[in-house]
Amino acid sequence: MFFDPSALMEVRNLAIDYVGDNEVLRAVNGISFNIKRGEIFGLAGESGCGKSTVAFGLARLTRLPGLVSGGSVSFNGEEVLNFDGDRLRQYRWGEVSFVFQSAMNALNPVIRVSEQLTDVIQTHKSCSLQVARERAAEMFELVGIHPDRLEDFPHQFSGGMRQRICIAIALCLEPKLIIMDEPTTALDVVVQRDIIEQIRALQEQLGFSVLFITHDLGLMIEFCDRIGIMYSGELVEVGPSATIFENPLHPYTEALGQSFPPLTGPRVRLEGIEGSPPRLSEIPLGCRFSPRCSKAIAVCKNQSPHLIDYPKQESRAACHLLQL
Amino acid sequence: MNGQTHMPNIAPTPEEVARELGLKPQQNWLRKLPPMLGGLITNKKGLAGVILLLVLILSAVFAPALSEYNPNRRAGGPHVSPNAEHVLGTTRVGKDVWTQLLYGGRTSLAVGFIAGIVATVIGLFVGIASGYFGGKVDEILSFFVNVVLVLPALPLIIVIAAFIEEASPPVIGLVLALTGWGWSARTIRTVTLSLRTKEFILAAELLGEKKWRIIIMELFPNMLSFVVGGFVLATIYAILAEAGLEFIGLGDPSSVTWGTMLFWAQKNSALQTGAWWEVWPECIAIMVTGAALVLVNFAVDEITSPQLRAGRHIPAIRKFLAKRGRSTDVF
Repeated sequence: MFFDPSALMEVRNLAIDYVGDNEVLRAVNGISFNIKRGEIFGLAGESGCGKSTVAFGLARLTRLPGLVSGGSVSFNGEEVLNFDGDRLRQYRWGEVSFVFQSAMNALNPVIRVSEQLTDVIQTHKSCSLQVARERAAEMFELVGIHPDRLEDFPHQFSGGMRQRICIAIALCLEPKLIIMDEPTTALDVVVQRDIIEQIRALQEQLGFSVLFITHDLGLMIEFCDRIGIMYSGELVEVGPSATIFENPLHPYTEALGQSFPPLTGPRVRLEGIEGSPPRLSEIPLGCRFSPRCSKAIAVCKNQSPHLIDYPKQESRAACHLLQL
Repeated sequence: MNGQTHMPNIAPTPEEVARELGLKPQQNWLRKLPPMLGGLITNKKGLAGVILLLVLILSAVFAPALSEYNPNRRAGGPHVSPNAEHVLGTTRVGKDVWTQLLYGGRTSLAVGFIAGIVATVIGLFVGIASGYFGGKVDEILSFFVNVVLVLPALPLIIVIAAFIEEASPPVIGLVLALTGWGWSARTIRTVTLSLRTKEFILAAELLGEKKWRIIIMELFPNMLSFVVGGFVLATIYAILAEAGLEFIGLGDPSSVTWGTMLFWAQKNSALQTGAWWEVWPECIAIMVTGAALVLVNFAVDEITSPQLRAGRHIPAIRKFLAKRGRSTDVF
């Protein structure tokens, strides 16, 4: 359907469930997307729409009671869901690394930062401590922290610096893909901008791909090449950032875009989205967004739409209205 | 598209996954119960533990209805083997073993549970107070905890029992309670120390909640599994220690408990004369009580932790993944 040889990671019909005592709730319902080499791909959506569940699933970090119940994730043509033992260890961090919202809390407070970096390097590559240290110093410079501070403890750094150290740890093995789940949400906007610009520069320099997750649509449009919009565990629209911003196809994307104030121009009343996302145990029939959609028509209430390619807009969207 | 066919791997529906993992829908009547009780009786281990405990307690409470004999009187000839009249036979002096087992359970269980509860409550108060208030309070209380911990409880009880001669079951229970709270105080203090730095406790303090309310409403529910675990251990310890003391002859031999039954069985060489029915019933009763309490403890652990609960499905999940040729690395 949309096989792309330039894709680094191909996600097909990925379904992730949460196993309860008496029932199974589907948090991610058959989503498909590609991440190309050297591309920054964004996933956006309201809280609880399944963004982070997808991120953990792709990293093979889904913990019980979560269960990846179907679909495929191929990385460089290999099936990630079949990785076991050493192959899985190599995949995690060697090929794909992660930076989470509270990544800075992952630094051990009683171990020097240098050791936490060299430990990662030496675990995955057989090299001497000397080489690992040089690499660690190099990484520190890359994220804009003076290598003199390698011997400090985590509490001697600010939150932003600690987050950057985690990004350095995520980069030090030169992974092909970095999954960033709200890497800057806990930081103030100035530090946020600083870090985002640094990631962008590093990405241009080193050529890795990024899966970027946030609920800050403004930041995402600025930072990402392509964006997927998620709603209630499904992808409703995938397209280049510019299209998502200027010419959204799906009513949900449009409504999301309207909930952010423009910096210039006359003041207008912001339109939020009425209601709240459905509970996983009470998914509506048909299109999941239809109960909150101002444009919903009869067919929306009983038939769920599929993601369909709209080459003219270079975008894919799942909405019945576009088929009229 | 380059001719490479990529078969879309369609996931089974949530209902199919639930069926494959063997999940059953929740019964309506269960929803009306409080979640803790509902959890306990839907958990296989919990249900088994609760049923065993209920059977033990009810048979002790309704002992007169289950037996027509008096546990302290002769009911038949000496060492009659089990028959229709004497379900578990008689002792050397002709007392009915079944009757003694029922009435003995009254004392043994009461002493065990009361000692367990008292030890847990003391441990809980001391542990929370020293963990939460810290400073001088902690220093003083920790000193006492350490003293209790290094006191060799069983020898101490032997000395006390020898001193007051033929200690009655309540006295044994009291001594066991007063020497048995050390470990539970130590655990609760540690849990309190790690919880009190959490944001939700800080938030409660900043909101101006009273200290007792923070302790009861914020701290206590978070350490429920530790409290229940401590109670189970203390109770098992008390039942075993009581039986042990009476068995070596330090208890009151005229009282009827599982321990004194063993004492008389040993004294009358029941095993040597082949009267196994005088020995095994009380041994099995003690073992079943311990097992039931441990089962309840497992269940409470699972109920208070969703991750442990999901862990029950691990074998089914592994099978689910293996059937689809996937890695079975679940954690």
